[in-house]
Amino acid sequence: MFLNKKVWSIANIFATEIHSQNMSTTAVHNTKWWSGGKSPFNLEYGKVMMWYFLMSDAFTFGAFLIAYGTSRFATNGWPDPNHVFSSYPFKAEGSAAAPLVFVSFMTFVLIVSSVTMVLAVQAGHHQDKKGVVKNLILTIIGGAIFLGCQAWEWTHLHAEGAWWGLNPFTNADGTHATTNFTNFFFTITGFHGFHVLSGVIINIVMLIMTLNNTFEKKGHYLMIEKAGLYWHFVDLVWVFVFTLFYLV
Amino acid sequence: MSHSYNAETYAAAKKEIWKITWILSALTIIELAMGFWMYFSHGAMSSSMVMFLKGTILILMMVKAFYIVSYFMHLKHEIKNMIMTIVVPLLLFVWFITSFLYEGNSYKNLKNRYDKHLQEQTTIKVEEKNHSEAEHKKTAEPATESSHH
Repeated sequence: MFLNKKVWSIANIFATEIHSQNMSTTAVHNTKWWSGGKSPFNLEYGKVMMWYFLMSDAFTFGAFLIAYGTSRFATNGWPDPNHVFSSYPFKAEGSAAAPLVFVSFMTFVLIVSSVTMVLAVQAGHHQDKKGVVKNLILTIIGGAIFLGCQAWEWTHLHAEGAWWGLNPFTNADGTHATTNFTNFFFTITGFHGFHVLSGVIINIVMLIMTLNNTFEKKGHYLMIEKAGLYWHFVDLVWVFVFTLFYLV
Repeated sequence: MSHSYNAETYAAAKKEIWKITWILSALTIIELAMGFWMYFSHGAMSSSMVMFLKGTILILMMVKAFYIVSYFMHLKHEIKNMIMTIVVPLLLFVWFITSFLYEGNSYKNLKNRYDKHLQEQTTIKVEEKNHSEAEHKKTAEPATESSHH
């Protein structure tokens, strides 16, 4: 009984200590998370809210992708992505079709930028300003490269006659295709690209704030962690878009 | 305050990040290999094999999502309350996806069954426009529009 009480009071001290700092990890046993006085999620308010925002965003993207899947299931025939997405910049005239090559590059760029983002978050966690700056810059460059790739791909497809309401491609079996394919492609990759653009802008703001020592003065880099959550979500959505549009 | 901010945990955290990076890259390469396998078989692959590969790609996609959310977004290291408040609502997707895809498929089958004209329309082969030509013509767009309907 006495021991139990002692553990409880230590746990309380721990909990408040975690609360006052970054609310990092260390879930303590016997903690009554719902008895008040502390966050039941053991997470800073802004981070909890960022998670809920991302969850709602996940439902938006989910609704888009499920609408795409439903239309695809409801249609006889569908264009072959390997045929539609088979080019890349500076491709020699008449050279063999190269499906998946360009989009693989885009995917790796986004994965790597996600890695540099998580490295920036870790650097912030350990008060390493130099590491934060370096990795944020790399993340911004990665995001910019991705956006450039997407701009090229849209321009290329548009030149081929594809746009909202226009589909120059036939179905994989050579029959006439509906415009569902291009409509969903441009809507969903456009919505994702807009998220990437927002993420790059947010990261630029984070970089400026870091260089201005805003987080140094605050004593923590929690804001970077929230920007990081958003950026990883953008990468996460691309995992789905990439698979569902280009691979299957 | 400083107990978690030492070089040791920093190095360990970085090590974990690189481990996850390799896992994500490897999974992507496996997905791409399957994609290329399907492409280079030039339709000679049986449809059940194609379904199997596509299903595997979708499973690998979910595995990648798991690693990104768990490690990069740190959700695995949060407390159970936090994990549940995110994961439980997302479980709605299971029903969301199942019912809508089932509905789409059912709609297609009904259309093909009762609208024979539409079914015939969707079996007529058409010529695809020459892409390389369209690419160099600035007037490609209106031409496509008029031929579309």
